[in-house]
Amino acid sequence: MQYFVQQVINGLTLGSIYGLIAIGYTMVYGIIGMINFAHGDLFMVGAFIALIVFLILTAMFYSVPVVVALLIMMIVAMLLSGLYNWVIEKVAYRPLRGSFRLAPLITAIGMSIALSNFVQVTQGPRNKPIPPMISEVYTIYGVSVSLKQIVIVLVTAVLLVVFSYIVKYTSLGRAQRACEQDQKMAALLGINVDRTISITFIIGAALAGVAGTLFLMYYGVVVFSDGFIPGVKAFTAAVLGGIGSIPGAVIGGLMIGFIESMWSAYFSIDYKDVAAFSILAIVLIFLPSGILGRPEVEKV
Amino acid sequence: MATTTVSTQPSSDASLYSRALREALVAGLMAFACFALLIGLKTDQNIRNELVLVQRWGLLAVVIAITMVGRFCFVAYLQPFMARQKVVDAATGLLPDSAGKRFFTLPYFIASLVAIAVLFAASGSLDGLLGVHLAGYARFLRAVFIIYAIASVLFYFRVFILAHFSALGISALALYPVFVVLALALLSGSMAAGFQGSLKWVDNFGIQILIYVMLAWGLNIVVGLAGLLDLGYVAFYAVGAYAYALLGSQYGLSFWILLPAAGIMAAFWGVILGFPVLRLRGDYLAIVTLAFGEIIRMVLINWREVTNGSAGISGIPKVSFFGLMSFNVSDENYIAKVLDIAQSGAYYKIFLYYLILLLCLLTAFVTIRLRAMPVGRAWEALREDEIACRSLGINTTTTKLTAFATGAMFGGFAGAFFAARQGFVSPESFVFLESAIILAIVVLGGMGSLVGIAVAAVVMIGGTEILRELDFLKVVFGPDFTPELYRMLLFGLAMVVVMVWKPRGFVGSREPTAFLRERKAISASLTKEGHG
Repeated sequence: MQYFVQQVINGLTLGSIYGLIAIGYTMVYGIIGMINFAHGDLFMVGAFIALIVFLILTAMFYSVPVVVALLIMMIVAMLLSGLYNWVIEKVAYRPLRGSFRLAPLITAIGMSIALSNFVQVTQGPRNKPIPPMISEVYTIYGVSVSLKQIVIVLVTAVLLVVFSYIVKYTSLGRAQRACEQDQKMAALLGINVDRTISITFIIGAALAGVAGTLFLMYYGVVVFSDGFIPGVKAFTAAVLGGIGSIPGAVIGGLMIGFIESMWSAYFSIDYKDVAAFSILAIVLIFLPSGILGRPEVEKV
Repeated sequence: MATTTVSTQPSSDASLYSRALREALVAGLMAFACFALLIGLKTDQNIRNELVLVQRWGLLAVVIAITMVGRFCFVAYLQPFMARQKVVDAATGLLPDSAGKRFFTLPYFIASLVAIAVLFAASGSLDGLLGVHLAGYARFLRAVFIIYAIASVLFYFRVFILAHFSALGISALALYPVFVVLALALLSGSMAAGFQGSLKWVDNFGIQILIYVMLAWGLNIVVGLAGLLDLGYVAFYAVGAYAYALLGSQYGLSFWILLPAAGIMAAFWGVILGFPVLRLRGDYLAIVTLAFGEIIRMVLINWREVTNGSAGISGIPKVSFFGLMSFNVSDENYIAKVLDIAQSGAYYKIFLYYLILLLCLLTAFVTIRLRAMPVGRAWEALREDEIACRSLGINTTTTKLTAFATGAMFGGFAGAFFAARQGFVSPESFVFLESAIILAIVVLGGMGSLVGIAVAAVVMIGGTEILRELDFLKVVFGPDFTPELYRMLLFGLAMVVVMVWKPRGFVGSREPTAFLRERKAISASLTKEGHG
């Protein structure tokens, strides 16, 4: 039982990170219907920015309170990955809007390759380990919960509440939902569609930046190729939850996290990714548009 | 912002330059924000294995300056130029005609020929005359001049070339190894040296590009014809490669038996993958195929008893010359002993080159024939409109499955060939990046167009392979500079640039297979793709 609860907590942590990345995928997909393949690499860029900010902080000040350091890392990572995604959207996706569907997918894959290789070229191909930032571990009824895990789950929860509020109740959120339904109509009603799409990209990337920071804090190491696997898993999570739906992305992320930690705990750690992907295939066979996705209506 | 765009007239130069200047400044600011941390600072490990930051402000300044100058030139010169060009010739080819006529003129051509002749005549004494640095530049210039001269000749005969593109292309490919061997033999003065020198050109460029051509043509059946977005095509390539690697090295079966076997096995896997995903549409299909590709790779890594894990399988037997002659030096019937010629590894590579060329042509032939058959028509109908397809009584299940299986089969052939060529396979060769590259070639080539895809493969793969050859850059940037590092970075950026520049791919229109009275090329904007 304790072992099981332990795995639930591990899965929750992992799932939170996947969920944060998946929100970016799902928002972008919802609004312009493209798979932003570069999103996973933005997550990695976010982690690298957090790493460099951390090194600057430790080099400049002898000791920084962990909370402050984490907050600064997170904010800088959010801002800069938002900026990266804004530039990428402007350069690579906007000229192709209205073109056929595979075109932006190809530029997204190109950007993904370019981003990871850019980081490899500028920062080197080695693993980048940092000393552990938070090492407190609490043991409750034989289940050990580290402070890191609590921080990750808390940050995710707070961000989720904030972003659900934005999407549901602010004018920006209304504009986003309007663009999602019908861009032309939204434009006719005075919504700046380009700006709304840009902001969506920025928000998605900012969440990926936070996820990158949390990833760096949790694992204490990052390498240029780290964007791919979490990116694919987060995308899987978004699809599993029903692409286009924000709560679906989080549910999908948690599911992938649980499947992974349970499979590694009870079966074999080697095949945890195989398990996650197989379950995706099985779920999609029975629910072709994911768990919370709206089924596509075919009009002839 | 709104007022500035209104007041900017394309004809007034002053406002154009001020706008360009402003945009350059904005680009510089953006570049500073983006790159200050990632380029300006480098994380490095010190002796105690701790991460420290190394400052590189000079490099950062250079990058920002390049960005600003580039943006300025783009807004001030390139954009107006392209706008004018668009007016001049609405019918754009790969290179607009009017721009080409200004760029390739007879005086320039003669000048480049003279420059090439002078530089070749002085090639021995360049180092002494100019010093190592400048000699590097001179060799680079020589290469540029040669490319320019060849391009001018091609441009002069462009009408003829475009009219007979396929025939010319195939004969050029067939003569390529002969040409390389003869040219290198002439340059070095001995036949043996010619063969030895040709290794790199035939193997790294010829075979490498042709493998991608074949893979892209195979994927084209799935994506370009049937419109099913497949992000895990490399899985079938892996199945083919491991089929040959395992059966060939464990049971000693011949390549000629295993080639069809590998194709059949890959087709079988195509059907297995096809079944569960038939109900999925568009992006759901994309993610499941991606997942499938990753599953195959994970199994290859983790099923160590059979696949030897990440270490891979080595000692895969070579292809024999149809069982008549062998390419192993130790064998009785080694080709050099049978034909009584000097030993060289080049024969094998040249043989492999022709083998993959044949396989490519087979793929193209089958694709062209299938397109004219009911199943090919059904694929294209499926791509255009699945509902209409169903209401016309086409069985979408079998149609999709045949597309998956046929595409997978060619992937399997290419995989078996790849294993035979490398003599070694490991899961490293079958990562998602490969699928992405193949898909990019298909889309950049203008989906469905075989010629366009071949051109895209030559440009993208050949272009990045050339980066390995740019040794003169070491002279310019210092000995630690490795152009290979930038290979994939440039590849990714090239994908973006080409796509934005030509969203419909290199060959944007296609010939219909079925037509009423006369054949008209259909503009690609009238066809739709990838609606799974």
